[in-house]
Amino acid sequence: MHIDHLLAGILRAGAAVAALVMLLILFFLLYESWPVLTELSVFRFVTDTSWHPLERAYNLMPMLSGTLLASMGALMLAVPLGMASALFIVFFAPTHLATLYGRLIELLAGIPSVVFGFWGLTTLVPLINEWHPPGASLLAGILVLTLMILPMITLTAYTALAAVPEELFRNAAALGLSRWGMISGVALPAARTGITAGIILAAARALGETMAVLMVAGNVVQYPESIFDPIRTLAANIALEMAYAMGDHRAVLFVSGLLLMLLVMALSAVAGLLEKHHHA
Amino acid sequence: MPEMIWHHTLQKIRDCGVQGFVYLAVLLVSAVFVWMLADLVRGGFAHLSWEFMTESPRDAGRAGGIASILVSTVLILLVALVTAVPLAWATAVLLTEFVPVTSPLGKTVRFSLFVLAGVPSIVFGLFGNAFFSIYLGLGFSILSGGLTLACMLLPILTSTAEAGLRAVPETYRLSAAALGITRTAALIHLIFPAAAPALAAGLLIGIGRALAETAALLFTSGYVDRMPGSLFDSGRALALHIFDLSMNVPGGDMPAYASALVLVSLLLCINILAMKLAYSLQRRKILT
Repeated sequence: MHIDHLLAGILRAGAAVAALVMLLILFFLLYESWPVLTELSVFRFVTDTSWHPLERAYNLMPMLSGTLLASMGALMLAVPLGMASALFIVFFAPTHLATLYGRLIELLAGIPSVVFGFWGLTTLVPLINEWHPPGASLLAGILVLTLMILPMITLTAYTALAAVPEELFRNAAALGLSRWGMISGVALPAARTGITAGIILAAARALGETMAVLMVAGNVVQYPESIFDPIRTLAANIALEMAYAMGDHRAVLFVSGLLLMLLVMALSAVAGLLEKHHHA
Repeated sequence: MPEMIWHHTLQKIRDCGVQGFVYLAVLLVSAVFVWMLADLVRGGFAHLSWEFMTESPRDAGRAGGIASILVSTVLILLVALVTAVPLAWATAVLLTEFVPVTSPLGKTVRFSLFVLAGVPSIVFGLFGNAFFSIYLGLGFSILSGGLTLACMLLPILTSTAEAGLRAVPETYRLSAAALGITRTAALIHLIFPAAAPALAAGLLIGIGRALAETAALLFTSGYVDRMPGSLFDSGRALALHIFDLSMNVPGGDMPAYASALVLVSLLLCINILAMKLAYSLQRRKILT
């Protein structure tokens, strides 16, 4: 049994390292953004004239609004499409078609963000440009993000719907409910928490997505007046400026990374609580 | 009576409307997927050749191939896997075999990994730059890129391995204990072989994630497109190569298409293989 104790010790050490990574990330983000967090007033991130890091103006709000607008737009498109896809797999499609479509969605989930961005840049942006220049815009960002979070919404909604007990559907059928009556009155309420958790996780993914949006959204720091205006998101800003940022500028980029991470962590905490609550 | 008939017709119309919307949405999603793949194949196939795979890029990638990029990608991937797999699998074994589900240790580790899974990749990039590149002094190198990726892969590798180990029937462990075999021996000879397909599927999913990653590598493994001489050299990953060609190199579209085609075909193969493993596992479980 001596060897078992040895193994348990090694495993504990491994697990401890794995668990510490999260703390290490938080620590280093705080460490790098500390100079700015202590020296500059936090209000400068809201009240500075704009984002001109070389002139020490660090207003993050235009980029925060860009991030939020792009994510909300993508959710508005991806939620109906993703839900319809999940309903198709569970209720509408014959078995073979359902499996085929499910696999397709899984493969779509595995396509890298840079490829979505590249396709958006070479196909969507010129199309939008013909319709309403300049093309690289909030709209392009929303469309590309939609494609990226749609598989996530579909797969989580599918899992939640598939977990609804068969008995409930038989009861609904015995009551003579129509198909939509059964879906809206029985299936969706029963699967509600799982579906919501999936949508929240998809929102978190959209907020943090960098490359695809960076490639298609135009990257102009501004409050957009229409969906055809270019925008810059927080994540894209980090990717664009990290290469040459120094001193306070670099620290502010870490602050925006910290902000992004706190947003995403809050969302995934809500999703986690929902699922836990549901299981309890 | 007429009211009921009216109500019934209304229901019929609503059902048809919903069905129409669902079919339309599915058609739209499938069409966009096919459109995207067709674009990639059409754009990249002409440029794809044996020379493209075996030559190093010249003229910022406009000419030549992607050989050095492929080598860097594989090296980054290897560093990430060599670091992340032992840690992730050790964690999974500890969580399933050595501590109860509700123990404080298990809860803490699981919570930490759950949060880690949600961290955006650009934040991993910031962390990797601050910690591996600057604090540990590894600079822009394949090593710091690979280690950053390893942090990213921990949650997915752990959760797939944990699920695989939990799916091994409890009778295996009880029989081994009854025979007086140590837990270590039972783990090596019984439980790991039984969970092997699930572990392999998890590994493939992890490889897929690593190959798809760009943002975390931007300021850790760097941009240099030469053939790397050692792990301390900077090396450009394939996904980053596509980004650079399409954004920073005018006239780089053709090689970018070809590189994207290579990356997507690679990922499709890996994901299909992972799916096959996972589904055959499910079927076997239903049979026994």
